[in-house]
Amino acid sequence: MNEKIDIQLTINGRDHAICVEPRCTLVDAIRDECGQTGTHIGCEHGVCGTCTVVIDGEAVRSCLMFAVQAQGKQIRTVEGLASGNKLHPLQQAFIDHHGLQCGFCTPGFLMLASNALEREPQLEGEELLDLLASNLCRCTGYQNIVKAVRAAATELRKAEAAE
Amino acid sequence: MSQDGGAKAYPTPPRASERRVLGHSVPRLEDLPLVMGQGRYAGDINFPHQLHMRIVRSAHAHAKLISIDTAAARTLPGVTAVWTSEDIPDLPPIDFRADRASEMLKPYRQPALARGRVRYIGDPVAAVFAENAYIAEDAAELVTMEVEELPVLLSASDPPGEFEAGRSTEAGIFHHSYGDIEAAFKNAHTVIELDLTTGRHSGVPMETRGALGRYDAARDILELHGAAKIPHRNKETLCRMLKRSPSALHVHESHVGGGFGIRGEIYPEDVLVLVAALRLGRPVKWIEDRREHLMCANQGRQQRHLARIAVDSEGRILGIEDEIFHDQGGYVRTHGANVPNRTMCMLTGAYRVPAYRAVAHFRLTNKTPAATYRAPGRFESTFVRSRLIDAVASKLGLDPVEVRKRNLITAAEMPYTIAFDEPHVENLELDSGDFPLLLDKALAAFRWDELQRDLKRRRAAGEAVGAGVAIFVEESGRGPSDGAKISVDTAGAVELITGGASLGQGFETAMAQICAEALGVDYQQVRVIHGHTDLIDHGIGAHATRATGLTGGAVHVTALMVRAKALEFASELLQTPVAELDIVAGTVARRDGKAGPSITLAEIAKRIAPGSKLLRGRTPQLAAHGWFNTSHTVFPYGVHLAVVRIDRETGHVAVERFLIGYDVGRAVNPMMIEGQLVGGCVQGLGGALYEEFVYDDKGEPLSSTLADYLIPTVRETPEFEVLLTEDAPSPLHPLGLKGAGEGGINGAGGVIASAIDDALGMPGAVTQLPVTPQRLRKLLREKSM
Repeated sequence: MNEKIDIQLTINGRDHAICVEPRCTLVDAIRDECGQTGTHIGCEHGVCGTCTVVIDGEAVRSCLMFAVQAQGKQIRTVEGLASGNKLHPLQQAFIDHHGLQCGFCTPGFLMLASNALEREPQLEGEELLDLLASNLCRCTGYQNIVKAVRAAATELRKAEAAE
Repeated sequence: MSQDGGAKAYPTPPRASERRVLGHSVPRLEDLPLVMGQGRYAGDINFPHQLHMRIVRSAHAHAKLISIDTAAARTLPGVTAVWTSEDIPDLPPIDFRADRASEMLKPYRQPALARGRVRYIGDPVAAVFAENAYIAEDAAELVTMEVEELPVLLSASDPPGEFEAGRSTEAGIFHHSYGDIEAAFKNAHTVIELDLTTGRHSGVPMETRGALGRYDAARDILELHGAAKIPHRNKETLCRMLKRSPSALHVHESHVGGGFGIRGEIYPEDVLVLVAALRLGRPVKWIEDRREHLMCANQGRQQRHLARIAVDSEGRILGIEDEIFHDQGGYVRTHGANVPNRTMCMLTGAYRVPAYRAVAHFRLTNKTPAATYRAPGRFESTFVRSRLIDAVASKLGLDPVEVRKRNLITAAEMPYTIAFDEPHVENLELDSGDFPLLLDKALAAFRWDELQRDLKRRRAAGEAVGAGVAIFVEESGRGPSDGAKISVDTAGAVELITGGASLGQGFETAMAQICAEALGVDYQQVRVIHGHTDLIDHGIGAHATRATGLTGGAVHVTALMVRAKALEFASELLQTPVAELDIVAGTVARRDGKAGPSITLAEIAKRIAPGSKLLRGRTPQLAAHGWFNTSHTVFPYGVHLAVVRIDRETGHVAVERFLIGYDVGRAVNPMMIEGQLVGGCVQGLGGALYEEFVYDDKGEPLSSTLADYLIPTVRETPEFEVLLTEDAPSPLHPLGLKGAGEGGINGAGGVIASAIDDALGMPGAVTQLPVTPQRLRKLLREKSM
């Protein structure tokens, strides 16, 4: 049952050939096998959202998936958010609005929000709060996370309108 | 050089408008790597050939250990060792901090692995060491134990039981008193008695605990990685426990995913990874899972107060009496009896209380051990004090704000000293403050009078809405001493090494701002190092809202030393008197702006390198090691105002508005302070309304997932108004600084209770926190009966 198998994960466009037990969770594989430690583990039972990554355009809890289930899919993590040295507007907005303190939940919030805004650039108001209520933060009291996401959404819409 | 904050009063420090970077909301230095996914938390640290540790924990709340069978676990492929207490017979229990050692509490300390008895569900019984975390967990499941169940004690207000033969579960009874309490109650116009309870809460940082032990045989140095909060103090304790010299054990902090008082204390797992690294000859890694965290990391807050207040006919306080039952859980951990003592010390808060008598029963139960959680003893005592004052107002038919105003200590009475009768209890010396001014400012900012009219109108229309107020004194910057090392390299970069610690609060940015202001450099040029005991041999860490004040004081003093040295040499090199020079953005030039020669700090550093002729016997390098000593705690203070709306059907409490008024003396970075206040307050709302560690009648923890222990999401969070004031800079700190780490959470329980009473129209209804929907519906049923 615990025999390892060869699989390939595609993270931020790069292939990682790894050998894991079938029971290895996706988040453990991303972190320990592929070395992408920007994705964090907060609860391992799907409540806190710290391990949120984007798989084929959907934000998912990577603690609730096995690595083998992510084969052949496009995985995006926080390491793939910036373009080289140019920060994603959300990353910049989190800095500008003091949207993080310890930073542990931050990658999860960034992936959650970046994916939602890609799918629905007009997201705001109550719907935006419902989305952000998916993840937990214990430092900021959320106020500045909301401000940051709103500011980034405006920025992204401006950029889209300019294109 | 050192500066003694206890010896003199400092002049009033300038405000931010007269400063370049100190006091300004500059962006944090910490953020860039954190938003890029380049943080390095405990779980991200790995050493080649490391083993993984998994703890086998007790499934019994109280039992005698008859035998532990580790045979099956030992034979599982990939398992290196399985230990029980018999494998570590010489390891002493987890010690108290040196400065808190108390002989009478020593028998109640926790062993690294249970000896003879288990005392709570989650108590470590065995440790498995294996090739990876999955195998370690498999093996842990194969460990079995035979036990004999013992009676379970779950309430600190029940009669004490037996901790061990001849030793009570009441580990101590502590007292704080002053004034003539008998006379106060005898002469009272009105006496009110309340029975109040605060629930069991904890910090629950998003990163669980983690520890890595590594032994470097070549240098004979044992290393603990994944440390937090108080690396230097923990090093001292660990050296004592493991009998190593202070230079043969080092503690290393990297990124820390939140602390809130509970993370960074020494726990059994920290000691075990070190002993295992030594004995097994390989690095050992342990990462806590969330269930373990919710069953094993320090909890806090659970107290019952039988409180009495005596007042005159106008609501002026004559005396307060309180009997406290403190639920300590299974063992006494690193803080000893700190929490009940802080509760008693701070209970009178911002009020003039002529007579006071408090007694705390420090009792062990068969639950997770308790210790300090953000604003320890203050969240609890502010709840009690606020309930008492609200009760006075209601009983005498007075306005609750007016009763508070009549009793607040005024600015004219500062400094205000309470000398307790007990000889070993230190005086409470409030250094400065204008409590009535802050209350007035907060009420005005909240538009309190208009709000009252609005609430009246809404209540008449059928809504259950109400407002509350809580006032409190915080504490910060307690000494005795901290140091800092600053050096400017030959490229002009500044390295600042401190013994402070960062739990995510922005410590690096704050220290860089203080250093940059005094030295005259760009704060972004300052690399702040903390939490490495091999780089500086003393450090106070980050606890009790101490880092910014105490370590900040040391940084200020040391930066001034470096500045003086730079100016001394610049004066010689530029042929200009020191008094005519200033340092701006790392360059020394004429203060009056007139044209003339200038020199960069980088150039000065080059010119005074070792061997330079310029030195003429003076010490080379642009560097200094300075100290800040203080024998005084400084006291920030705050006002919380809140509006709640209650859904009578579901018992849900929505917090509509919340204002935090807080005086920090002088702010280092207002943006970060607001972040601390708001973040802390949301934790406090959790404790007031949702969060509670619940146990069944066998001592089984029922809140062992984040689906059961409910920490607030953005949906439970109001938009905050923050009123940050600087009316009372501390005369005991060179920069006037007071801390801000715990002012957001302190009054949250008190103010929410007050607002719920108001919304229900039932004075005194709330006697227990958290006010969960179930409890609120019970109150509503009682009302309708």
